[in-house]
This record gives sequence, C-alpha cells and structure tokens, in this order.
Amino acid sequence: MSAGTQFAAAAGAVVALPARLVEPVMYGLQRLLGIRRMPWVFLLPNLVAVILFALLPVFINVFYSVSGSDRLFPWDRPLVGGANYATLFDCDNFLDPSTCSRDLFWRALGNSLVFVPVQVTAMILIALLTAICLNRDIRARGFFRGIFFFPVMLSPVVVALTWQWILQRNGALNGLISSAGLTPVNWLVFPNTAFFWSVFVTVWAHMGFYTIILLAGLQAIPRDVYEAARMDSATPWRVFTRITLPLLKPVLLVVFILAVIRSVQTFDELYVLTGGGPGSATMLMVQYIFEVGFASQPRNFGLAAAASLLLGVALLIFTGIQMRISRSGRDD
Amino acid sequence: MASLTLDKVTKSFGAVEVIPGVDLDIKDGEFVVFVGPSGCGKSTLLRLIAGLEDVSDGDIRIEGDSVVSIPAADRGVAMVFQSYALYPHMTVRENLSFGLENIRMAKPEITRRVTEAATLLQIEQLLERRPKQLSGGQRQRVAIGRAITRDPKIFLFDEPLSNLDAELRVMMRVEITKLHERLGNTMIYVTHDQIEAMTMADKIVVLRKGVIEQVGAPLDLYNHPRNLFVAGFIGSPRMNFVEGRIEALGEHTITFAADGLPPLVLDGAVEGAATGAPVTLGVRPEDFLVSHAAEKGWPATVSIAEQYGASSYLHCTLPGDRPVLIHEPGQSKAGRGDVIHVAPPAGRWHLFDAEGLALGNPRLS
Amino acid sequence: MTEASMTKTDMSVSAFLMRRRGRGRFHWTDGLTYAYLLLGLVVMFVPVLWVVVSSFKTPANLAEFPPTILPFSAETAVVEGFDEPLPLFDVVGEDGETVRLAQIRRVGIQAQMIDPADPEAGRIVVPVENATPVRRVYLAFENYTNLLASSGNQIWRYVFNSLFITVVATVITLVMNSMAAFALSKYRFRGSNVALVSILATLMIPATVVLVPTYMIVAQLGLVGNLWGVILPTVATPTGVFLLRQYMLTIPDELIEAARMDHASEWRIFWRIILPLSSPALAVVAIFSILSRWNDFLLPLVVLNRRESYTLQLALASFQTEYGIQYEILLAMTTLTALPLACAFIFLQRYITTGIASTGIK
Ligand SMILES: Nc1ncnc2c1ncn2[C@@H]1O[C@H](COP(=O)(O)OP(=O)(O)OP(=O)(O)O)[C@@H](O)[C@H]1O
Ligand SMILES: [Mg+2]
Repeated sequence: MSAGTQFAAAAGAVVALPARLVEPVMYGLQRLLGIRRMPWVFLLPNLVAVILFALLPVFINVFYSVSGSDRLFPWDRPLVGGANYATLFDCDNFLDPSTCSRDLFWRALGNSLVFVPVQVTAMILIALLTAICLNRDIRARGFFRGIFFFPVMLSPVVVALTWQWILQRNGALNGLISSAGLTPVNWLVFPNTAFFWSVFVTVWAHMGFYTIILLAGLQAIPRDVYEAARMDSATPWRVFTRITLPLLKPVLLVVFILAVIRSVQTFDELYVLTGGGPGSATMLMVQYIFEVGFASQPRNFGLAAAASLLLGVALLIFTGIQMRISRSGRDD
Repeated sequence: MASLTLDKVTKSFGAVEVIPGVDLDIKDGEFVVFVGPSGCGKSTLLRLIAGLEDVSDGDIRIEGDSVVSIPAADRGVAMVFQSYALYPHMTVRENLSFGLENIRMAKPEITRRVTEAATLLQIEQLLERRPKQLSGGQRQRVAIGRAITRDPKIFLFDEPLSNLDAELRVMMRVEITKLHERLGNTMIYVTHDQIEAMTMADKIVVLRKGVIEQVGAPLDLYNHPRNLFVAGFIGSPRMNFVEGRIEALGEHTITFAADGLPPLVLDGAVEGAATGAPVTLGVRPEDFLVSHAAEKGWPATVSIAEQYGASSYLHCTLPGDRPVLIHEPGQSKAGRGDVIHVAPPAGRWHLFDAEGLALGNPRLS
Repeated sequence: MTEASMTKTDMSVSAFLMRRRGRGRFHWTDGLTYAYLLLGLVVMFVPVLWVVVSSFKTPANLAEFPPTILPFSAETAVVEGFDEPLPLFDVVGEDGETVRLAQIRRVGIQAQMIDPADPEAGRIVVPVENATPVRRVYLAFENYTNLLASSGNQIWRYVFNSLFITVVATVITLVMNSMAAFALSKYRFRGSNVALVSILATLMIPATVVLVPTYMIVAQLGLVGNLWGVILPTVATPTGVFLLRQYMLTIPDELIEAARMDHASEWRIFWRIILPLSSPALAVVAIFSILSRWNDFLLPLVVLNRRESYTLQLALASFQTEYGIQYEILLAMTTLTALPLACAFIFLQRYITTGIASTGIK
C-alpha cells in the first residue's frame, strides 16, 4: 500500500503540469456535451488506439494476404486472390517439406507442431510441481518463490545470451562435462540438442509466471478440505488426484490456454539463442513470418500476412475448443 | 430558508416501479424523517431529492422552483451518506474543503467555513487526520461537517447512524437534533430505526413499497395510526393484533369476539362500526391492564416473563394459540405457566376493518 | 571441542532448513520438497550468476577451458628488455624445486622463460607441462568501462532510447487505460458493453499476427525508425483496462456522488478521487508496462531500423553478431541490461506476484 501511495505521488508529480492544462479542456467538454456523454470522452483515446493498432490491423492483414507485390501500402498492392495461400500450400507431398515451394513454412509449421505440445506439457508439469512444493509448509517460501519467478523479469535477449554463454562449446556446461570425464558436446550445433535446449530455455524463462498463477490457485483451496481428507485418512497421492487436481482444474485450464497461446508465439529467445538454426531445426512459425515479411529481400508481406492469419485462425479455433470443453465440464 | 414539495414523483428502474407516486410537502425548517421497512424506497426518494437519480415523472420543487433538471451540485442540498463516503485519501480538512475549492471559493472564506464547521462539531483536533484514523462517530461528524460547510438549504441524511454502536447512536441522535435547532435548516432524515424517528422528527413519513402510508407528528402516528401497517410499524415492541368480529354495539361500548376467546367489552365508540363486521383489534403491550386475580378480560398463559427491573414483559398465549406481549410496569409477580387476565382500558385500543384501515379513533363519552 | 561445535552448528543449520513452519514431524515428502527446491535454486539462479561472474573475467580468462569458477587474471612482471609485461609461471625444475619465471613465448610443448629477478641469466626453455600460471582473483571492471568507452556515446543513446520508450509508454498507458477504465466502471451508458468487449477482444489478437499491418500503420504515420513508432502501438493494453476496471468497480459509487454534490467536474472526480484511490492497481499496471516495454523485442526489431534508435535489447542482440568474439563486452552489457529489472524485482516482488496471481495476465 505504502509503495503504491509513493508511486502515485511520484507519478502525480510527473503528470501534474499537463493535468493542469487538461482540466479546463475537459471541463469545457463537460459543459459542451453534458455529463452523459463524458464517458465517451474518457474512452476516446484508448478506443482510438485500440482501433488503430489492434482492430484495424486485423482487417488490413486479411487484405495483405490476398494482395501481392513487395509494396507496403495497401493502395499500391494489386489483388492476387488466393495466390499467397496457394503458394504456401504448393506441395507435391505434404509429408515431405522439401517437395513444397515454400518448404521453410512447412518446416516451421512442423517444428511448431512438435515444439508447442512438448514445451507446454513440460512447462505445466514443472510449474505445477513447483507450485505444489511452494505451497507446502516450508521455510523461506518467499525466497524460493522469488528464485523461481525472477527469470520472468529478464528480457528474452538476456535469457538467450545467458544460455548461449553456458551452452557454447567452451561453456560452463561442457566444462562440467569434461571435468566429469565425458566428451563435451556442441549443444547448439546439432538439430536434436538445439531443439531440446530451445524447449528447456523457454520453459526456464516462463515457468515462474505459471507457477505464480498455479500457486494462487492452490492457496485458494480451503484448508479445511485437506483437513477433512486427513480425517478420512486419504494418502497424499489420493489427496492430490482427488482433491487438489479437480479443485485446481479451472486455474489449470487458464494456464493451459495462456501457455499454448504464448508458446505458439515464441520468437525472441530462439531468434537470439539459435536464430532458428542449425539449418531450420528450431525455426518456429513466428520467426518464419518475420523472415518472410521483414528479414528477406524482397519483403513478402502478402505471404507473411497469409501465414499469420493461418496462425491466428488456428489459435482462435484452439481457444474456442478449450472454452467449449471447459463449459461442458462445468455442466456435469 | 427552504421548503420542499414533491408532486406526483415517480421512479422506475427499467421495468421495476420503485416509487409509484409520492406527494409530499415539507415546510421550511422542518425535521422530517422517512421510515419504512428495508427496500421500500426511502433511499431512492432521498436520492431523487438530491438529484443523484432523475425522476421518471412528476416534479420536485425547492422554494417553489422546480429542480428536476438541475444537477445535484446546484440544488443547494447536501447529503450525508450511510457509508459516510468520505474521500479516504484526503485529510479531514481536505474532505471539508474539497467542495468549496471546486466552486473556486476564496481561500480565507474556505478556512473560515471549515473552522466554523469543525468547531461546531468539535472535530478541530482531527483536521489533519485521514478518515481511516477516525472512529465511527468521528467519521460521522466529518460527514456532517462536509455537509455543513456547503451551507445548504436542505440537509439529507441517509441512515447516518446505522453503522454506529448503540451508545454512540443515542449520542449522535441528540447532537443532530441540537444541530437542527441551531442551524434551523430543513432536514430530511432516513432511518428504519423508529426510536430515531420518534425522538427526532417534527414530522414522520411512513413509506411502504414506495407509497406514503401516513404523514404526521410522531405522537399522532403513535396514537392514531391510519392503518394496520402504520400501527404495526410505529411503536416498539409491536402492537398486538387479534382478528375477530364485532358482536354487539352498545352506546359507549363495543363487544369484540374472536373464536375461542371470551367476548371483550371495549369502552369507547368508533364510527363505521357495524355488528358482525370482521375487524382486527390492536392493543399496544403497554396498554393492557393486568389482573392476577379477578377473572376479567382474556385469560393469558404466561410462557416467558422477562424482568427488566423497572418493568416487565410477559410473553403470553391466548386461547387459540394466539401470542400476545404484555408490558407490566414494575416487577411482575407472574411466572411461567401462570394464568393472568388482560383487557385494554377505555380508549386504549384500535379497531381496523377488513382492508386494514383504522375505524376512526375511539371516542369516549 | 571445535568439532563438537561444528556438528552443533551443522545440526542447527539442517534443523533450520528441515524444520517445517508449523509444528509436526518431518515427513519424507518434506525432504523431497527441499531437494527439489534446492535443485531449482541451482538451475534457476546459477546460470544468471554465472553470467555476472563471467562478465568480470578478462578475455584470457574467458577463453580458458574448462572455465574457472572465479574470475582470475595472470600475474605479470615487467622484465627489462621487454615492452609488454610478461606472464609469470611457477616452474618445477629437474631437481624438483619450484622457481617463478616469466614466459616470453610458447613454442609447441616448450616455453621460453626468463627469470625476472635475473634477466641477464638468459632464456630458459622448459616443457609446458612443468609450468603452471601464477594467478590471483581479479575483477575486470575494465570490461564495463571499455563497454561504456568503446561504443563512444552509443551505449548511452541505447539506454536513453529504452528509458524514453519505457517511461513515456508507461505514463501514456496509465493515463489512457485508467480513463477508459473509469468510463467503463463508473458510468452506465449505452454502448459501454460494446466498448468493453471490443477492448478486451484485442486480448485474443496476438501481436505477432498483426505485425505487418501494424508496421504499415506505423510507416503511414511516418514513425519508422522513430521511438514513437514503438510507443503508440503498445499503449492501449487491454489487460491494463481490465485490471483497472475491476479495481475501480470496488470503489463505492457514493464517493463519486458525494464528489458530484461537491461541485467536482467529471475530470476532477477522475483525477482527484478515482486515480489516487486506484493507486494499488495503477502500480501493478505500471510494473507490467515497464517490464514489457523494457524487454520488448519484436516490434522494436521491425520498427527501429536505424542504429541511433536502437533500444538496449536491440543493441544487445546486434552485439552478439557484431562483436561475436568480444565476449567480455557482451557479458558486461547483458549484465547491465538485466540489472535495472533485477533491482526493481527485489523491491516489487510482492506487487508483481500478487498482480499476476489476481489477474493471470502479464
Ligand atoms: N439502481 C437501481 N436499479 C434497480 N433497482 C434499484 C436501484 N436502486 C434501488 N433499487 C430498488 O429499489 C427499491 C428501493 O430501494 P431503496 O434503496 O430506496 O430502499 P431503502 O428503503 O433505502 O432500503 P434500506 O432501508 O434497506 O436502505 C429496492 O427494491 C431496490 O432493489
Ligand atoms: Mg437505503
């Protein structure tokens, strides 16, 4: 509370002067429009920003995906119908990316299809385990909670560089391995190990976030339920499966949806850690969009938009199915 | 100062009609109390007067001028909220002066008014504190002080004492009454505590489901309730009711009968009474005369005798399993299981017809 | 005696760690819990610690394999006849005695050494395996000073850009979001639900999906390469509106009515009553905004295409490719970039975690 008040005081000082100028304007508007229209005045700035940078782009994106050329502005771009989609789907054999004209798209898609389930599963299991441990009657709980949480605060670039430093050929991990008498491995050079570390590093960076949510969920389960279970002499495992998990289900669902959405959007850490490599072994969908739309010459905005729309639709369907499942689960 | 007129005021929230139509005249300087059961629309009526809600229909006039289209701030009324609604992040002084700063009053005048209100309410030493650092009673004073600094024509209070403990309530009750005497402003006060209503009001307005049931001076309402609802609502403990019929009409007596009870001869007469008409007899607990020996009146079996020392309350049962509460001055000799005989003395009873309306007042010859 | 006291302290340490907060006996699951948490401590914390320690190593020390745990630097000596200071080695002679020599150069498995105390004695050739370098713990602060100096004033430019974006975007976010939240929580008006839903619906739109059109709009506004080009698209956070609205719903309406009867204009009610009372929620929104603006990568990567407009994150990522070999600079910069948030975290941990826990958003 006191930190909040201090913060408010500081923020107040920063914006006090502009506020002086705003007040007469707002008062004039109130006289002009009447109190009933004032909520719209308050809403306006936010609404404009939302429309300009969130809603409008969705529609423009649709247009991009059906228009061609490397020109940026919509009015310069000729309509090409479904050509961008056709290019993406131009494959002789859908199971073999190298037969596609855009093989990178299919490799990225395939990578994402492996990466997302593996990363989300690992993330939720570890976060749940951590949350359960932190929810126990332990010493220094705040300290441990902080330890598991703090990587969430680090920037993706810092996270990637940190692990790169550890995983590089002469890095700390290989140092440990060689002092144990084993052969050092060039972790980020081989597709399989690079993929493993991609999952590991992203889980490392984000699990604290989900741990906190799950921990809050666990703490919301009333103590007396556990005490009643103890009176019924339930084993710890039964307590976990029959009480903790069912009561945690709504929170788990939220965590699951958030984790999937953000896993699909993974970009920053891997862009710096592996750059999508070796080859295209760790290139995911968002990086593909970035490469096609911004990093390659000529920039192919149409293809990037088509790919991103497919991604968006996939996410929407996924969320819809999840909502449906959760609702049907609540009915019975 | 200010008179207030409500003219066919109605209020609906969507399809729900909360106030079906209220007419009321309040004279300048009056202390008017709105009472009624919870949810009857007291707060709504008050908020209509304050301008916090717009009337659906009808007119509100202050000093004869319609105010329905004037915003709350400009009506010249001040409101003391049930939850006090003190600005929690401001000191008491800032709370008192905020409204005056908003109308760009000169600093010295603000200081003068704040000091004056603070002195009046004896909160000078609290001026630099925040509402959190005040007791309930002190917060109440600040809330009243905030109303006073604005120098309103009409004060509105919405159950201002309901968050205080019993002792403080009695104290604040007296203080508000004194304040009214000193300031002389029109005040409208909402409560569902009828002791507050009885002791403070010049005029009580009894509301039920958004309709005014009766308006009058406290003792008028007590002595001459217009209907069953007011009779039951005003007075504590509640009036006892027995349903029955008029068996016989004498010149100065009425014989009341109910199944299983011996006929009771009531001294006094009312207009509109007819033999055989179904009526409800109402007698206040303190009006029953108790006789322990003589077999006069109704036999009542004592189930619980509460001895308060100065007086006693006997919870009794009349034949036919009718509960009745009887007040006996002093310390009662009756105990559990005893049978006593009770009857109302001349004129200390009320008869209500089948619709619940009072059959006039008992006249004694 | 000493041994006894040792075991005693040992016991009390383990007792401290093992004892549960409540009463009750120690259960085997407690052991597992602590084992897991300690493992977590190592996995979560040591990597970052390692980067910080590494950032204090000299280039020579960094190149060593296997790496040393602490930052070391070789002892050197200035020897007559040589311009550069020479590194010192402890050499085991054939007679088994150790002498301290300065190495001139290394040729295969042989090294030419010279005795710094007696340079006249001439060069001595010794087998490399008989020589161990003389070292001491040394914190190479020059990594940091070099970082600040070598890039000229560039680094301060990046810091300024990052700070500017973070502060300005956060202030605008706070004001705009709280204004919208105020309208959506304290007024009943037609269209409020539509407005609320359309703001919250943007939660469903991943930023990456609309990257291209966002870039187009930024370009259309003429803001490519301009810091405002990354500020404006991010200010209307739906999460901020949501969180603030939920909080403002708990502020009693009577306060607003009282203020209105006190002649306060709507803006004054917002500014003087609602904003101060929402400060806990504002703090949470501010922290999230600061975090995500400071760490933002993809949008700046796309929009800020000139070096002068780079943020710290962009500069750091580009250092990786440009200065790929200069690890000491890269590590120092990594540490510097993470530092502000690490400090903030220590002070604000409770706010952040309760903020996340209560809203499930970041
Ligand atoms: N904003 C509103 N929208 C819809 N119905 C409302 C609203 N405000 C009040 N009501 C309804 O109007 C009726 C009267 O409410 P009001 O608050 O005036 O009662 P009250 O007499 O003050 O009760 P109490 O003694 O409990 O304070 C209630 O049934 C309430 O549910
Ligand atoms: Mg009320």
